[in-house]
Amino acid sequence: MTGVRQISVFASNRPGKTAAITGVLAEAGINIMGMNIASSGDFGVIKFLVNDLEKADRALREKGFTISLNEVLAIEMEDVPGGLHRIADLLYRKNINVEYSYGLPMKPHRNAILIIEVEDVEQAKLLLKNEPLRFLSEPEIQKERG
Amino acid sequence: MFWQKEIETLSRDKLSALQLERLGRTLARVYERVPFYRKAMDGNGFRPEDLRGLKDITALPFTTREDLRAGYPDGLLAVERTEAVRLHTSSGTTGKPKAIFFSRRDLDQAAELLARCLVMTGTGPGDVLQNMMTYGLFTGALMMHYAAEKVGILVIPSGPGNTERQLDLMRDFGTTVLHITPSYLLYLADYLARAGLDPARDLKLKRAYVGAEPYSEETRRKIESLYGIDIYNSYGLSEMNGPGVAFECAGKQGMHLWEDNFLMEVVDPETGRPRAEGEAGELILTTLNREAMPIIRYRTRDITSVISEPCACGRTHRRITRIAGRADDMFIVRGVNIFPQQVERVLMAVSGVAQNYQIILDSYDQMTVRVEIQREVFDGHVEHLIRLKNLIIDRLRSEIVVRPEVELVEPGSLPTFEGKGKRVIDRRTM
Repeated sequence: MTGVRQISVFASNRPGKTAAITGVLAEAGINIMGMNIASSGDFGVIKFLVNDLEKADRALREKGFTISLNEVLAIEMEDVPGGLHRIADLLYRKNINVEYSYGLPMKPHRNAILIIEVEDVEQAKLLLKNEPLRFLSEPEIQKERG
Repeated sequence: MFWQKEIETLSRDKLSALQLERLGRTLARVYERVPFYRKAMDGNGFRPEDLRGLKDITALPFTTREDLRAGYPDGLLAVERTEAVRLHTSSGTTGKPKAIFFSRRDLDQAAELLARCLVMTGTGPGDVLQNMMTYGLFTGALMMHYAAEKVGILVIPSGPGNTERQLDLMRDFGTTVLHITPSYLLYLADYLARAGLDPARDLKLKRAYVGAEPYSEETRRKIESLYGIDIYNSYGLSEMNGPGVAFECAGKQGMHLWEDNFLMEVVDPETGRPRAEGEAGELILTTLNREAMPIIRYRTRDITSVISEPCACGRTHRRITRIAGRADDMFIVRGVNIFPQQVERVLMAVSGVAQNYQIILDSYDQMTVRVEIQREVFDGHVEHLIRLKNLIIDRLRSEIVVRPEVELVEPGSLPTFEGKGKRVIDRRTM
């Protein structure tokens, strides 16, 4: 189970803030594979899954953004009714609390990738180790996403 | 240790009697010699001989900074100019400076008061004081210089700056005491660390007198632990001799104000009416032992409260609490008086936030505090930021009663200011 890391950017909730961040990523030639915005009124955290984490990290840091890298779980999810439920139910039974989550489509199959952020990644990995789930690594996401 | 034990431990009764006697002499002197005060007393139908008790002083008007400026250069002088031997000025950010004159006796008295402070905090003959304040028109360095010499301390008049040479002096002459601004002391700690020096091992410092800039209790503790020395809070203003008006004793629980030389009152900064004992308000000072330029009921604009309980050190002169803020910075939300410094104190005690903040007033019942988060605490979790924000709201509410809005903003996104007042953006129209 190789770790998948996402980059989180702290952002005041102002018009143009997201554009300022995506502008930096575009200029650095970084491909965004997935994104999610967690907002809390006056501020938010924008999370990106990118093709070149180190480069994105450097580019955003240089521009003075407040960022953090953290590990998430990338799980293959069947693109059928009940696909998400199967995973959600498993997480519930294992008592794993999901903080944030977003989905990515996958290319050749009809399946999707579910990105899950939890408080304690290591513990979650341990709890899910023997479950019939397919975890994707960073290269696999790059290869298989739609 | 005492410098003038008898006067420092004089009974409250005797101290009050001495104050009344000196106040009477001061009022008679300014009535006779200073037209500004004569007019003020006449205008209130008051004659110096009407004085029966210390409370009668409330019949006189306040003297403000503006009054001192209007009297510039020597309108409030109570002696011939030839009798004055020292001039200090205090610059304001706007308009004319305030000029304060001292006679030979005034300077000697000022040195006596500061000598009490030095001895009270453990400094004495054998100590080496490196005076790193600016020698010049400001009172700080010169007043300390004379006081230390009076006590019999070796003074190194180094002035500020040239850190390499400061360090050489400290090592070559075994400096034990510093007189310095808190920002320079913090800079020096950084400088020592970069030079691979440990102040506790490589220097002989025992304590530092810091002043000329406001600093928080947190900064004091930080400096104390960085150097392994004692820092004593003090209070002074150039209109009242400069440093040494009030000083902490070894107990570090409030600053003894030398009541044989100053009469203190605490009033409501808005109405000017006396505050109940122990309540916070603006400190009003009257000089009781000054020749060249007595000042009556001076509005310091500093907010403090009086601690009347006896102090374990044995001194009878009452203590004042750490200055809570400047009356000019005060603002009102939901009828509560709030100082930016209160907000600052709370923020400093919360880890994860930078020291830069902004207070925004959009209405009379709501305030918003913008706080920069520290880059290092950001871990990508919104929950952690929300927790931090709620912690700040709770702490602020318990300090200032009003529940503020708190906005977390990016590090470096707020403008930095030198003064406190500009941190408040008041968008309310009167």
